[in-house]
Amino acid sequence: MAHARLLPRQYMILGLVAVCAPLGDTCLSRGMTRLPAISLLHPATLIAAVFTPWIAVGIALLIGFFASYLTALSWADLTFVLPATAFGNVIVAVLSRFWLHEQISLERWAGIVLITVGVGFVAHGPSLTERPETAVTAQPAAEIAEEQPR
Amino acid sequence: MTIPSPASPTGFWAATAMIAAIVLCSTTGEVLTAAAMKSVGDLDEIRARSGLKGAIRAVLTCPLFFAGVGFLALAFFSLLFALNHLNLSLVAPASASLTLVTNAIAGKIFLKENVDSRRWTAAVLVCIGVYLLAH
Repeated sequence: MAHARLLPRQYMILGLVAVCAPLGDTCLSRGMTRLPAISLLHPATLIAAVFTPWIAVGIALLIGFFASYLTALSWADLTFVLPATAFGNVIVAVLSRFWLHEQISLERWAGIVLITVGVGFVAHGPSLTERPETAVTAQPAAEIAEEQPR
Repeated sequence: MTIPSPASPTGFWAATAMIAAIVLCSTTGEVLTAAAMKSVGDLDEIRARSGLKGAIRAVLTCPLFFAGVGFLALAFFSLLFALNHLNLSLVAPASASLTLVTNAIAGKIFLKENVDSRRWTAAVLVCIGVYLLAH
């Protein structure tokens, strides 16, 4: 059953959605910039890049993002989940300010505030659109498949 | 090779077409993926009942999921193509923020989601926020 209000584990899944994508992109970026220029004439070097530590961690994080994203979409509306993915931009900006000591312009701080307020707006509302009784009680495809005789 | 500039008339329309392709493919992919996951059901419950393999099987036996992933892949290649011709500072904020709004519209029309004033406000705030952050 889907819940209009989220459970703590569901907030955790949304947190993973927000954190894994930007961290994964950062790891990929860091890994790729450390490698020498890769030519499309030598695609094997691109495959070898996958096994370098930063890129391997980046790929693992992006797989984690996609799994969390699919899980979130199975119990929440698309228009509820998407702002959570955008919140990842805020996490990256704050990390870059306080961890990497980068300067953030006033314009970017304004962007951070707007995204935070926007995510707050959605998070206080219901996560799933209420459906008529017939649609809510309809069996999911996975359950129907499991009940079929083998 | 001539790099089209958004300032010239041809460049402007070429840039608009590239960004529109990213937004269109991305929105179609997100909506199809969301529809697929709704048809599969709550993955947490499927995993509790049938284990991780059961949850993976439930997702991988849904044709809508592959259609969604196909469009998301098209969006990715459209992004790569656009980045080959346009600046990242134009493509990234424009496509990311426009996709949020088109997803809200598509969610209301195709997924019949209840996009109330709260969600519209959030979509617009996040859209402007992403633009400011990435610009």
